[in-house]
Amino acid sequence: MDLERPLPTPITPECRPYWEGARDGRLMIPKCRACGKPFMYPRVACPFCASRDIGWVQATGRGKLFSFEIAHQILNKAFKVKTPVVLAMIELEEGPRILTNLVGIAPDPKQIRCDMPVEVCFEKLTDQVSLPMFRPVGGGAR
Amino acid sequence: MSDLAKLRELSNSVCIVGVDESDEIGTLPGKSQLSLHVEAITNAVRDAGLKVSEVDGIFTAGQHSPATIGEAIGVVPRYVDGTTVGGCSFIIMVGHAVLALHHGLCDVAVVSHGESGRSGVGVSPRRDTALPGQFEFPYGFGGAPTYFGLITTRHMHEHGTTLEQWAQVAVSTRKWAALNPKARNRDPLTVKDVLDSRPVVWPFNILNICLVTDAGGAVVLTRADRAKDCAKRPVYVRGAGEGSEHVMLTQMRDLTFSEATRRSGEKAFAMAGVKATDFNHIMLYDAFTSGPPLMLEALGLAKRGEGVHFFAEGRSTPGGKLPINTNGGGLSYTHSGMYGIFPIIEATRQLRGECGARQVPNTKLSLVNGMGGMLSAAGTLVLANDR
Ligand SMILES: [Zn+2]
Repeated sequence: MDLERPLPTPITPECRPYWEGARDGRLMIPKCRACGKPFMYPRVACPFCASRDIGWVQATGRGKLFSFEIAHQILNKAFKVKTPVVLAMIELEEGPRILTNLVGIAPDPKQIRCDMPVEVCFEKLTDQVSLPMFRPVGGGAR
Repeated sequence: MSDLAKLRELSNSVCIVGVDESDEIGTLPGKSQLSLHVEAITNAVRDAGLKVSEVDGIFTAGQHSPATIGEAIGVVPRYVDGTTVGGCSFIIMVGHAVLALHHGLCDVAVVSHGESGRSGVGVSPRRDTALPGQFEFPYGFGGAPTYFGLITTRHMHEHGTTLEQWAQVAVSTRKWAALNPKARNRDPLTVKDVLDSRPVVWPFNILNICLVTDAGGAVVLTRADRAKDCAKRPVYVRGAGEGSEHVMLTQMRDLTFSEATRRSGEKAFAMAGVKATDFNHIMLYDAFTSGPPLMLEALGLAKRGEGVHFFAEGRSTPGGKLPINTNGGGLSYTHSGMYGIFPIIEATRQLRGECGARQVPNTKLSLVNGMGGMLSAAGTLVLANDR
């Protein structure tokens, strides 16, 4: 089956819980047991206090649209989703920021607003891999 | 000795004595990027009135190591530096070369750039995609516009900046390009032209985004005592500073304010003993129209959200009070990928008074600032034509 998107590659060992969580429909993020701060992307040491004592927690999946842009062309040939596509930076309720796509809303800068509340949804790519995506809270089934 | 006193001792101790591009810049399918390096180095060394055999310090960033460049020009360097933190690496390396020259680790340093960014001749595959490959590429990210757009949208949200204001940066820069025979795009440009151009990644249309070209450039430096015997008027490195904050855009602490840029400027101004408002010529790395305003804000020349006013009010254009990007910039002159060598070349030429129709009268103190990645790293230089 032809995929519409490049799979996350390579899934590095320290990031595996993130992708296993996504496969099961849960947004898992690393959290430092020493200073208590959650962070992204996953690392073996805390970026805030350098502690090596890192655990994982399930994020609420809620956050705000920190910034966005509307791609009319995509350089990566392996990305075949029909443009325009909304590329987004989400700030999770827990604090960390991640890049994703905003779905469930027209790709129109007049309708999309920075700081609008968003929630996670998952797009299954294969039996092993689902991608966390985000949609406006209370709107837009997809 | 205090840290500041140590820095001040470096100020004016080293000069830029030679600068040049490769034989041609633009679309060059007949030249490898290694050849672009070699052309630029031989041209810049000639500009300095020196011989290639006198080069003993090699500084370069990108796909070729300084060892490769030394080998290609037939010298065995005493000092090499391959710091690669994005397009500003060459600006940062001028500071590194000041240190190495000041301490006698080399006598003639060359900072070299060559990139077949358009034609891809003799280039290597991209490296360092492990994190973007997991967390960015599956969503369609990839290519600088898909990252800088996020910075730009957030700036518009926080400060009310507009598409028209970004377009004014392209218009101002094009006015300079019209005066530079080496610039790729020299036709007049209006705000409407920019707003009506092909959409790429909103908020950017194609005319908000730099060119993609093939080009080389090199800068030759030596200690001030020796610089007096070179062919051209020496340009003093009065201050140099660098900063490096993040790589992944999600790790940038404040998405609309570059901490790397701020730190690089603070260090360079302290070393030079100047204020942000002292300059009468400015070169900023313009990969995108929103870049230069944000750099002015991080460097302290403008309040947050107000960098765009420099371009809107005609201060930055030919005849303006504070000329910016007088070569026509990455937007209209050339942009091979790692653009940072070219603002240094232009600032040197302006300080020598070599710029013909685009010469800024009485250029005495020039500010060069560039970014690496997405405002991730930064280098700042304070250049002057006397000490
Ligand atoms: Zn911690």
